[in-house]
Amino acid sequence: MQYHAPATVKDAVKLLAASKGSTQVLAGGTDLLVRMRSGFSEPDTVIDIKRISPMCKIARDGKGFAIGAAVSSAEMSENPALVKAWPGVVEAAALIGSTQIQGRATIAGNLCNASPAADSVPAMVAAGAKALIRGPKGKRKVAVEKICKGPGKTVLKKGELVEAILLPAKPARTGDAYLRFIPRTEMDIAVAGAGVCLTLDAKGVCTAARVSLGAIAPTVLLVSKAAKALIGTKVDDAALDALAKACSAAARPIDDKRGTKEFRIHIAGVLARRAAIIARDRALGKS
Amino acid sequence: MFQIQISTSINGDDTEFSCEPDETLLDVLRDRLGMTGSKEGCGTGDCGACSVVVDGRLVCACLMLGAEAQGREIETIEGMADGTELHPLQQKFLDHAALQCGVCTPGFLVAAKSLLERNDNPTEEEVRYWLAGNLCRCTGYDKIVRAVLDTAKDMRIPAKANKPAAKKRVKA
Amino acid sequence: MNFQPGKDTLKREFKTVGTRTPRPDGLDKITGRAQFGADMTAPGMLWGLILRSPHAHARIKNIDTSKAEAVNGVHAVVTSADFGPCPDDVLDVRENIMARDKALYDGHAVAAVAATSRAAARQALKLIKVDYEVLPHVTDVDEAMKPSAPIINNKLFTKGLDKTPRKPSNVAERFEFGHGDVEAGFKQADLVVERTFKTEATHQGYIEPHACLASMGTDGKGDIWCCTQGHFMVRQVCSALLGMDASALRVTASEIGGGFGGKTTVFIEPVALALSLKANRPVKVVMSRSEVLRASGPTSSTSIDVKIGMKKDGTITAGDATLRYQGGAFPGSAVPYGAMAAFACYDLKAVRAVGYDVIANRPKQAAYRAPGAPMAAYAVESVVDELCRELKLDPLDVRLKNASSDGSKASYGPNFDVIGLRATLEAAKAHPHYRAKLGRNQGRGVACGFWFNFGGETSVSLNVSADGTVGLSVGTPDIGGSRASIGNMAAEELGIPHDKVRCIIADTASLGYNDVTDGSRVTFASGLAAINAARDAIGKMCERAAGIWGIPVDAVTWEDGAARPSSPNAGKHEPLTLADIAAQAGATGGPISGHCEINAEGAGVSFATHLVDTEVDPDTGHVKILRYTVFQDAGKAVHPSYVEGQFQGGAVQGIGWALNEEYIYGEDGRLQNAGFLDYRIPVASDLPMIDAVIVEVPNPGHPYGVRGVGETSIVPPLAAISNSVSGAAGVRMTELPMSPPRVLKALGRI
Repeated sequence: MQYHAPATVKDAVKLLAASKGSTQVLAGGTDLLVRMRSGFSEPDTVIDIKRISPMCKIARDGKGFAIGAAVSSAEMSENPALVKAWPGVVEAAALIGSTQIQGRATIAGNLCNASPAADSVPAMVAAGAKALIRGPKGKRKVAVEKICKGPGKTVLKKGELVEAILLPAKPARTGDAYLRFIPRTEMDIAVAGAGVCLTLDAKGVCTAARVSLGAIAPTVLLVSKAAKALIGTKVDDAALDALAKACSAAARPIDDKRGTKEFRIHIAGVLARRAAIIARDRALGKS
Repeated sequence: MFQIQISTSINGDDTEFSCEPDETLLDVLRDRLGMTGSKEGCGTGDCGACSVVVDGRLVCACLMLGAEAQGREIETIEGMADGTELHPLQQKFLDHAALQCGVCTPGFLVAAKSLLERNDNPTEEEVRYWLAGNLCRCTGYDKIVRAVLDTAKDMRIPAKANKPAAKKRVKA
Repeated sequence: MNFQPGKDTLKREFKTVGTRTPRPDGLDKITGRAQFGADMTAPGMLWGLILRSPHAHARIKNIDTSKAEAVNGVHAVVTSADFGPCPDDVLDVRENIMARDKALYDGHAVAAVAATSRAAARQALKLIKVDYEVLPHVTDVDEAMKPSAPIINNKLFTKGLDKTPRKPSNVAERFEFGHGDVEAGFKQADLVVERTFKTEATHQGYIEPHACLASMGTDGKGDIWCCTQGHFMVRQVCSALLGMDASALRVTASEIGGGFGGKTTVFIEPVALALSLKANRPVKVVMSRSEVLRASGPTSSTSIDVKIGMKKDGTITAGDATLRYQGGAFPGSAVPYGAMAAFACYDLKAVRAVGYDVIANRPKQAAYRAPGAPMAAYAVESVVDELCRELKLDPLDVRLKNASSDGSKASYGPNFDVIGLRATLEAAKAHPHYRAKLGRNQGRGVACGFWFNFGGETSVSLNVSADGTVGLSVGTPDIGGSRASIGNMAAEELGIPHDKVRCIIADTASLGYNDVTDGSRVTFASGLAAINAARDAIGKMCERAAGIWGIPVDAVTWEDGAARPSSPNAGKHEPLTLADIAAQAGATGGPISGHCEINAEGAGVSFATHLVDTEVDPDTGHVKILRYTVFQDAGKAVHPSYVEGQFQGGAVQGIGWALNEEYIYGEDGRLQNAGFLDYRIPVASDLPMIDAVIVEVPNPGHPYGVRGVGETSIVPPLAAISNSVSGAAGVRMTELPMSPPRVLKALGRI
């Protein structure tokens, strides 16, 4: 195996494009090193991006944010402006693994690992985040929900890497939230997860919403029917019931060691309902 | 595989080693540097027994390549006591019988120290969540949590002002 | 000089015993310098790795190791062919540490290599070609008992039946315990409840994986340095498997990072020794966490029927249980212990417990803290709880009404001596926890538990140094602070400060044989032996004093750490302290030591009562532990902090077992969750503080009244939590773990 720690994005892309055999980008490494240890992944080349200083920063991107691909979830929690703007995304990132994991894990890595159960991904999808991709042919921006094609598979092409996650400017009276269900209180992979981002008008009526679900399909789902259940309502009990129903209907999970199909279908609705209440309260400035 | 030459700082000591590119920091510490205080309980970041601090950030040494240590500042359990003076957490772990078999203890101490450096007045819940990545199978965590809370209480007492500044720099 | 149970009076006033002294191994463990199993290295050491079967059941047709042997850096490859004939009592161990004709479970070892680096060893493992013929498998206990089940061992004919069957099966043995007319008892009952329960296998979950360093020379002498609960056991088994003289093998116990019963047998030690013999170099073998879960010794999974009859006033008229435990691919599950312990908390006129020891395609079970008892108590205490709820009776009152007490006939045969069950029940009843208010979706559970405790073969040496300090060598590895408690008992008996005694774990060449650290025996048995050894040394010191004073030895007595004339008639002599006598030892006859070799009896049985409050989230099935209190009889708590620690640790392991821990096998018979990510032991944020109430009903079998405390604490939690959740959810839970999908299903929400 070869280990490279380039100092610029340009060099990283060059190395990626030129590498032979299997190549892995090393951000936090909290998934990659586990895969390497189990023998599941035996890369010929590892490209460590943590020496690329712009990728280690959280920058303002207009009125939004550009979160460098090497920024750990702990660093996100320590950025007051980001926490204020996108608490759902920050909290989702802070659910990944333990304190130790959060000291390393990145949301770009979480995305590129392409697990359907990745905690930060539904939150990013709900928030309308985009991945800034850099490759031999330049930059492109892709909506986060379009990145994963299936478990472990992304749309990234040879030589490409995610440089940053772009979070948009948050509209007024907008709140986001992410909840997941795990059997313990910490340290587990989500059995199901739900992200909700909604905008209210001055009267408290929902004018826009994005609802996403994790761990209930091969990829994280953006559920437009669930969003429709909220839009035009005051996010009251009836709307929340409709939201939960739409989420359970959209779920097409599997049975596995972490949960049963029927449990996941049920819990998807419960989580979306609870997340929507938090998002609504945030939009109302209650929390 | 060609070995990589690394220069780093461990507990304030300049340290050089060479390692395979795919070798973890934990393997380097234990097998190349003889620093066996960091333990391997799982090798997958699930137990925290290999907790170390890298540039002020608490991490699992099993989830970091040795090669990544270049130019970093690493703190391990072996550097926690200042010479013959134990860190207050170490003393409290003894006083509270916060260890039984002791294999998870280095990881807990390193993790708890990292907590108290950020938050000198944590609630019981904050202690429990911060330490959720450190598994202990003997104690049921009760005495560990008490030891950490009691240390925080003592460290908040003004005597703190008379103590020499912490030897290790912490970047937040 | 040895303590004579029933004759000698028990000591009740203490100076050191009962105090919270610092532990002797504390500093090493908080500074990272304590050496655990994987921390030892040796010059020229090789790394050993083990190849394991990916199949649950497969015939091994051929193993080709030639390509592995050719890898640069590889110095030895071993298979079952390297383990020759051995005595019958270790045949199953031989087959478990290295598969012979068949791989019997996912993870069963089939070959091993030793190489100069782990990378070379890994590469070599990949090049070993094993030709398997995959066979049908069975992992569930009830499935394994069916006549149609795949037969795992065609030489296994059920023992314990009136007539040995002609056809082999997966049922190794039937056991039965009890007394009285059970059917007649049920007729006297006002209410009879009968239920079937299932529990999944769990793992001890010690944080330190198995690790050893073995060094074997061509001269036939060997050394093993390993984390084990019994280094004498390691010596015995490894020497038998390798055909060595037992005394040619020296085993040193490293610090041990948790055992809980899982390190009372060998897995990698004989393999490392065989590799070392072949390579003529030291070999280190360390299991990965995945290997630990797949291929060490988890518990049985079980299926249990319980039927209990009760009168309206709470009198239990009869109890009947059938317990089916699969113990992995070899006979020897803990079902007899489960059957014996099932009704031990109750003084019953009519009781029966039948156990079936079943084999299945899973790793051979090892002991786990009160092996076999938690599942049996879960089933029995659940039915008692249901009867109490149906008859609207207080669960503590009903238990007090039926509790075993001093002299009552145990459900497994003998009559109890002085026991503390009632005292724990009364303590629970008087505790504020029992009267605390509960909120919505909350429930309170009560359960009792019993464990036999054990004494066993024990050897201790106590050496008095010239400066008046004492070295104490014991042969029972310290898994939770026992060096502190044993050292304190020796200090108490000698009458010197605790910090003048240093207790260490000696290697197998330095002491007589010691049974493993199990059965909650160490503080009891090594403590008893240490007290006896101290008395032996005191006798010798009194002789020295008598010589110095020129008076008969029976005119000398030992009090407060000094020899004194026993009466004014003996003359006027200033007391000679231990240090005074030690300083003159050379001139008065040479070194002074005390010894004790004993097969300790009189380990008092132990009981506990647990109280737990839980809250169930009716939308997700998640269970939160709100409050937990343990009441347990310690006889005499030698070191109260570590007694509390045993109570708390056992309770939390029980919480894990009750809620989230389980072995999950796929259709293919492979373990699905071989890691701490998905084998979910409790984390700090899952729990409240665990209140530990120490009850002390002295054990007449120990000079200080000590009872073992290590195991009983894991017996009640499964039932207590299930009873609590059943109360909170309003529906009887009958399957463990009570994972959220199971709870939600029981609630009828999915």
